[in-house]
Formats: sequence, C-alpha cells, structure tokens
Amino acid sequence: MINKVVKNADEAIKDIQDGAVLMLGGFGLCGIPENLIAALLKKGVKNLTCISNNAGVDDFGIGLLLKTRQVKKMISSYVGENDEFERQLLSGELEVELIPQGTLATRCMMAGYGIPFFPTPAGVGTEVAQGKQVVHHRGKDYLIEEAFDSDFALVKAWKGDTAGNLIYRSTARNFNPLMAMAGKITIAEVEILVDAGELDPDQIHTPGIFVHRIFQGEKYEKRIEQRTVRKKS
Amino acid sequence: MLDKNGIAKRIAKEIKDGYYVNLGIGIPTLVANFIPDGIQVVLQSENGLLGMGPFPYEGEEDPDLINAGKQTVTYLKGSAVFDSAMSFGMIRAQKIDLTILGAMEVSEYGDIANWKIPGKMVKGMGGAMDLVASAKNIIVAMQQVNKAGESKLLPKCTLPITGLRCVKKIVTELGVYDIHHEGGFILRERAPGVTIEQIQKSTAGTLIIPGDVPEMVID
Repeated sequence: MINKVVKNADEAIKDIQDGAVLMLGGFGLCGIPENLIAALLKKGVKNLTCISNNAGVDDFGIGLLLKTRQVKKMISSYVGENDEFERQLLSGELEVELIPQGTLATRCMMAGYGIPFFPTPAGVGTEVAQGKQVVHHRGKDYLIEEAFDSDFALVKAWKGDTAGNLIYRSTARNFNPLMAMAGKITIAEVEILVDAGELDPDQIHTPGIFVHRIFQGEKYEKRIEQRTVRKKS
Repeated sequence: MLDKNGIAKRIAKEIKDGYYVNLGIGIPTLVANFIPDGIQVVLQSENGLLGMGPFPYEGEEDPDLINAGKQTVTYLKGSAVFDSAMSFGMIRAQKIDLTILGAMEVSEYGDIANWKIPGKMVKGMGGAMDLVASAKNIIVAMQQVNKAGESKLLPKCTLPITGLRCVKKIVTELGVYDIHHEGGFILRERAPGVTIEQIQKSTAGTLIIPGDVPEMVID
C-alpha cells in the first residue's frame, strides 16, 4: 500500500509557490483546512488564487491570508462575513470572481470527474453570463461553465488513513470531497489519522487515489461563526 | 401592516404537508418557526443538510453542524448530510418543492435582484442564482419599501439581476402578490389594516387589483 503520510502542514505545502492556484475546502469556517492555512501564512507565499466558497472572517480562515495580502484573486460565491475582503474588493486591491454556489461546487466536481465543461441554468441573464457561451436546449437557456483548473486542493476531513482514504463529518463535508477529487495535487489534513485497513471501505467518502499527501492536524480550533442556541425549557 | 414575523407567518401558510423546503437567510429563516401543526416538512440547507433541526441547546453546539447561514443547528430523525454538488443537484433537478428567498428588488415580470449593490455592497450570490434558475416555486419575503420610502416592487430591477422571470409570489409587510405572466403585481391579499391606496403608493410597478381584495387572515 502506498504511504501518503507527510510529517506536518509545513512539509505538505513545501512546494506551493507564489502565484499558485489553490482550492480550499470548507463552508464558512466549517470544515476548513486550518493547519494548512496556518502553514501558508507562515511560509508567506504570495499572489495566490484561492477557490473557496467563502473568504473566512477577518481573523480566521482565508481572512488571515487576506490580511497579509497573500491573496491576489478570490473565486467564491459568498463573502459577506469579511469586512477586510469587502474593503479590498471595493478599493480594487483584490481581484474577485463571484460565482453561484452550485456552479462553484459543480466546477470542482467536473474537474474531479474529468469532464471539461457543463451547462447550467444558474446565472442566465445576469452579470455571471458575461463572456460565456449560452446553449439552448428544449426551450431553456444554459451557460457553459468550465471545470476548475487548480494546482493544489487543500482539504480537511475528519478521519483518514495512511493510504489517503478520507471520511468527513457532518456538514464539514461541504466542498471538501469535491475539491479533493479536483486538485492536481491534493493535500488532506485530518483530525484522526489511522493505519490503512482500519477504516471500513464501505464508509470511505474520498478514495485515496485522489489524495497525494495526508497528515494529522496539530490542533483544531473549529471556530463557530454564528453560535445560535436555544434555552432548555 | 406586518412585521417580519407576520410576513414569515403568512408564508408558512403556503407550505404543504410533505414539502421539501429551502429557506434563505433573513425573514425566510423565520418561516421555520411558524410551520402549522400536523404538517411535516423537511428543510434543506444548501451547504449539505436535509432535515435541519432547531438550534442546539446551550453547550451542545457542534462546529461541524451548521446551516447555510453558518448558524449552529441540529439533526432531526431522518436527517442526511451530503456534499455541496449533490446539494445543488437536488436544487437543479427540482427535488425541492418550495424556495423562500429575500430580495432587494423584484420586477413585475418576476425578475429578482438580491446579491449586489454596485460600488457599495458586494456579498455575493451564494446559492441564490442556482435556486432561482431552477426552483419550480419561489416565494419572496421582503419589505416592500426601503428606508428612503421607495418601492422595491418595480417595473424593472435597477440592481444587478439574480434571476429572470422566476418569482411566483411575494409577501411583504403590506400584502401578498402573484406575478402576472405578462407583467404586473396581482394583489391577492392586504395586510391587516392596510388600504389599497397605501399599497398603490408603495408599488412602483404595475399593480393589478382583481376586484375586492380580502384582508389576510393570520393567527
């Protein structure tokens, strides 16, 4: 069995250079690759293009990389939680491509499935359609959207094994399995790393073939963005 | 005139037993609090959850379990989680029976704008463009008049569009409207205590008044 394990986040990202195109898993702060983001921050790589549904918050997630101006371009669907992001966007310091969430997810998925483009009705007649081919099929218009082309996918899973197989937990799954399949090089950080053979093959969400490097994250803050609770009556 | 909860309460009456429903952020989220007794619905959250339960009890929050508004939530019996592509597969393939969204503007043709104010505010469309492009039944929950007193029910949207000709019904603080297929807001119900004149004054687009318009009944 091929061993995909690397020592830590620093080693996992050692060949990520300035100008790299990265996919980062997560929805809001849920299921983000915390340790890999911290390593990018430490390494100081610049001019990154980040494909990620959101841009973190001012002091966590991708927001940390925005603050240090390491991000040249963001490709996201919703960025409403990050004031620094909005400031850089409105002042023109940051290049931003906003795309519909389902289109974002499917552009990841199609990269993973080896399909170069696909039609979707999302965005027809809107700014999103600018410069895109429109096809007409059975009475309805569709935009042609391309599969993403990225250098690295950085994903977070709950459990993984030395063969690179991954299992996600709850809604921290979100974009992670899609991006894991889509990266030219996929790096996975996990909360629990076990030996190959310890995970039930029936329960694997991402088969190890898609994962090039895996490590157990040092610690997980798992910050909650909107803590909403009810009182026990 | 209705407050936000009143709008949510009125929309909840549109939900039928057995529906799969997607609720947007804002007033739509409140609709979950007013689903009538005896009606079973399954709430979909587009980040990848079917069967969204209420907020957790204090101390039981799970950072891995959130809804599309990034709020901590819980599972119910029969809940399922899945990735974001599958989630939008459900949406695109019209498995969702009802979509309830907020809006900044709606045109008399059912166009909706809710993701961007050029030069001022850019939050992004999130899942809204996918939802409006595919949903078979969209109800918009919104304030009819903005803070400057201007109507948000317009002949044509002035803000960047989220989707064309997709809204079927609108519930505001003043009334309930259906979109006419040739353009126009058909007034179906007046909010309690609201007159036709008030509604007329707060509707910039074509208002169609089909005879006597009843006052809405909410309890």
